[in-house]
Amino acid sequence: MSTILGISGSLRRESYNTRLLRGAGTLLPRDAELVVFDRLGEIPPYNEDDEQTPPEAVLALKRAIADADGVLVATPEYNGSIPGALKNALDWVSRPRASTPLQSKPVAVIGASTGLFGAVWAQAEMRKVLATIGAKVVDRELPIAQAEDALGDDGLPSEEDAREALSATLDELIELAARAPAPEQANIAA
Amino acid sequence: MSVATPEAIKAGTWSIDKVHSHAGFAVKHMVVSTFRGRFEEYDGSLTVGEDGRPQLQGSVVVDSIVVKDENLAGHLKSPDFFDTAQYPEITFRSTNIDAREDGSLEVEGDLTIKGNTHRVTARGTVSGPHEDIAGNDKLGIELEAVVDRREYGLEWNAPLPKGGFALDNDVKLEVSLELVRQA
Repeated sequence: MSTILGISGSLRRESYNTRLLRGAGTLLPRDAELVVFDRLGEIPPYNEDDEQTPPEAVLALKRAIADADGVLVATPEYNGSIPGALKNALDWVSRPRASTPLQSKPVAVIGASTGLFGAVWAQAEMRKVLATIGAKVVDRELPIAQAEDALGDDGLPSEEDAREALSATLDELIELAARAPAPEQANIAA
Repeated sequence: MSVATPEAIKAGTWSIDKVHSHAGFAVKHMVVSTFRGRFEEYDGSLTVGEDGRPQLQGSVVVDSIVVKDENLAGHLKSPDFFDTAQYPEITFRSTNIDAREDGSLEVEGDLTIKGNTHRVTARGTVSGPHEDIAGNDKLGIELEAVVDRREYGLEWNAPLPKGGFALDNDVKLEVSLELVRQA
């Protein structure tokens, strides 16, 4: 059984991105499961002074990434870019650079917005940030625009083309995860 | 449905029945998708002189723009697009109207958006006149015109990460008017 860690960049209770993430989980193959990290809102602003003794929520995220075979990020877009909370969490996870659990970790990025462009620029920037950290990033985007109409209650895109694109993204993520070495036992300093 | 001929449209002023009319636009975004919006507040009339010469004029309150996403509405009202604080109205005044026997209609006129005026040609149909149950003479007009939004100072765009641009430059303007002849 492989594990995909889902991270939603939105803290909103009724978040479209969290819903999309859970919908994506239903499309995973039987031998894969989605585990959603739901403590993003607990992560304080990154401070290098605390890098050696990070807050518990940061440790939890690092452990979850280390334990996962792949990561699926669903991001909204604020002012054409990544939500601050999500970028901040990845800044924590990326340090120290030599021991980041994102190194060579297969990651895919999807996103939804109520606007016309489906968080397409936030997804691009997310891919850039993840690649910079050292992750193996799936080179695909899934912009779900006007999410109030385009996303079903089940978290799946209502348009078939978009569902197929989501499946293709997940297939590629699973394939990358299958080729990657098994996750090491999490060795995240408490 | 009867078909209008220039002769059948009586002289006088025909005003817009706002309950049964529509003023909106459509533009492609993300290369393949079409986005539509509309304006809630608009006014206009068709005046037909005793010599039979018609003139169509109208105006739109740009702040009344209706789109599903309120953040998008805010962006559309900003200087990136309509700049409604400086340019609250869109206006149109016809310079020539050609209504044909088959109901097809071609209207040429001056369209002013954001302080920029350009001559446009709109095509569509005219139906009626028809007397409704209250004895009012009514006329239906449907028109479409495609304009390059950049000519009107609506130049915002952004490259997409995987090629192409966020928003098409061609915008289809769509009006559907029910006109009532004033007594």
